[in-house]
Amino acid sequence: MSRLFMFEKPLGMRDTLPFLYEMKKRIRHAMTNEIEKWGYQFIETPTLEYYETVGTASAILDQQLFKLLDQQGHTLVLRPDMTAPIARLAASRLYENGNPLRLAYNANVFRAQQREGGRPAEFEQIGVECIGDGTIAADAEVISLMIAALEQTGLKRFTVAIGHIGYVNALFLDVLGNEERANVLRRFLYEKNYVGYREHVKALPLSSIDKQRLLKLLELRGDEATIAEAREQIDTKEGAKAVTELEQLFEHLRLYGVIERIKIDLNLISHMNYYTGILFEVYAENVGFPLGNGGRYDELLAKFERKAPATGFGIRVDRLIEALGDPEEKNDIHCIIFSQERFAEAVQLANERRRKGERVVLQHISGITDIDACTKQYSDVTYLIGSDRKDE
Amino acid sequence: MITIAMPKGRIFEEAVELLRKAGYRLPPEFEESRKLIIDVSEEEMRFILAKPMDVVTYVEHGVADLGIAGKDVMLEEERDVYEILDLKISKCHLAVAGLPNGKVNGVAPRVATKYPNVASSYFREQGEQVEIIKLNGSIELAPLIGLADRIVDIVSTGRTLKENGLVELERIAEITSRLIVNPVSYRMKDAKIDEIIERLSLVIGDE
Repeated sequence: MSRLFMFEKPLGMRDTLPFLYEMKKRIRHAMTNEIEKWGYQFIETPTLEYYETVGTASAILDQQLFKLLDQQGHTLVLRPDMTAPIARLAASRLYENGNPLRLAYNANVFRAQQREGGRPAEFEQIGVECIGDGTIAADAEVISLMIAALEQTGLKRFTVAIGHIGYVNALFLDVLGNEERANVLRRFLYEKNYVGYREHVKALPLSSIDKQRLLKLLELRGDEATIAEAREQIDTKEGAKAVTELEQLFEHLRLYGVIERIKIDLNLISHMNYYTGILFEVYAENVGFPLGNGGRYDELLAKFERKAPATGFGIRVDRLIEALGDPEEKNDIHCIIFSQERFAEAVQLANERRRKGERVVLQHISGITDIDACTKQYSDVTYLIGSDRKDE
Repeated sequence: MITIAMPKGRIFEEAVELLRKAGYRLPPEFEESRKLIIDVSEEEMRFILAKPMDVVTYVEHGVADLGIAGKDVMLEEERDVYEILDLKISKCHLAVAGLPNGKVNGVAPRVATKYPNVASSYFREQGEQVEIIKLNGSIELAPLIGLADRIVDIVSTGRTLKENGLVELERIAEITSRLIVNPVSYRMKDAKIDEIIERLSLVIGDE
């Protein structure tokens, strides 16, 4: 490896400079405020977890984990998401009497870089987990809360695509008969390879009606009417259950008043085998990657030895910032520049303004080398210089 | 406005022809222009002209909504984009080639290629461990001057192989150009994109 320059950071690691920090703070405040209003309680978990527990239970691929060893030789991971640590915590301590838990988080997660830039390896996520509630009302609540929290940040144009893995599984099982064959098709969808999916379906020894049902799945996206189309494709018990769940979900979302943000997308598969029911992704204009995603993951808690249904969402703050656009590079910090003889007056003024909640910088004139460059950073400046007791 | 990343070179003209067949009114000087960004305002489209290998990158990052990329690039880059349509243009295939009766180095067989990921996974699937040497062009040189025993490259007519005294040994995959879509655009601009997909499907036909 070549010698590092002193300014270098590990691949994908970023600094947060003041303007960005202020923006992050504003977003964090807007979202966490809304989340708290819905009765969710914030928690923190450790940055490091065991690879064997949280690392393997996480939905994040193995090659994206940062791994290290502790002094006993156990493999540790930097938490790649917050869902798995919260599942660990809920399963081992909080989820006791079977009543639903509503937890929220605001934390940095870590995912190792595979490729070129444009992808941070550490980023902030804000999200919620609703554990122990298997009803459609819980799915609807999580989606509506996500929309409300995003609206609070000032984000205008965004869309939530909703899918149902139970529907896809039921259709594949009904047409193909076994899990192995279903898995091949699921992988094509997961890899977003529709060309491969179509070619594979055409080559299968199936009736043309069954082939048509599989091909039709690729078109099952759009508005609410898509749900009715989806129902026509399947009549097994599991399939009908999934469609009914989607109908109920839409009924709930209508009452929450968020229906115009929703699109149905039954070929949405954001993970190979993690989600177990309704799942969703949220997109904004001018950002090439989803802002966040979520869904129902009823199998995860069982990995921590306590079975419980659960659903949640996670929003990536870095992408949300991109969606909101550049903030005005302006702050509200007031600056008082003083000379020694008027220090007492300067301190008094600063204290007064700080008590009122203003942000005030107190700067000795002798500490400045370039006065224009210095004052440019602040919204306005008061000079307390010289002995004539007059502001310049 | 829809932004489409087009591959410069071999695929470009066929792709333009296909778009014209689908009824898109692209200006006549489209092919001659040396501009990298061409706006076609009457179709509400913007075209960006990129290296074929880079088209997938532009689309994955969402700076282009759609792109036209060879399957060879898709296999090599494994980007997170929708591969929506087989455009059935620029047909060729990926193959292993080498000298006729050429001996493979038993200790460390070497393969030169522009597609290190494709080559590596192909040989692993065949149960053979090889060493990959990445080249950027004129791959056929490698076995001729002893850099590698075999090469992995795209073959369309086989003429280049023949003229350099090489033979095709194994066929890896059939290659055509694909229409690819950014996952966010696929949802945010679905009406417009579905229309493009439909118009293109009509002119491609179903074999």
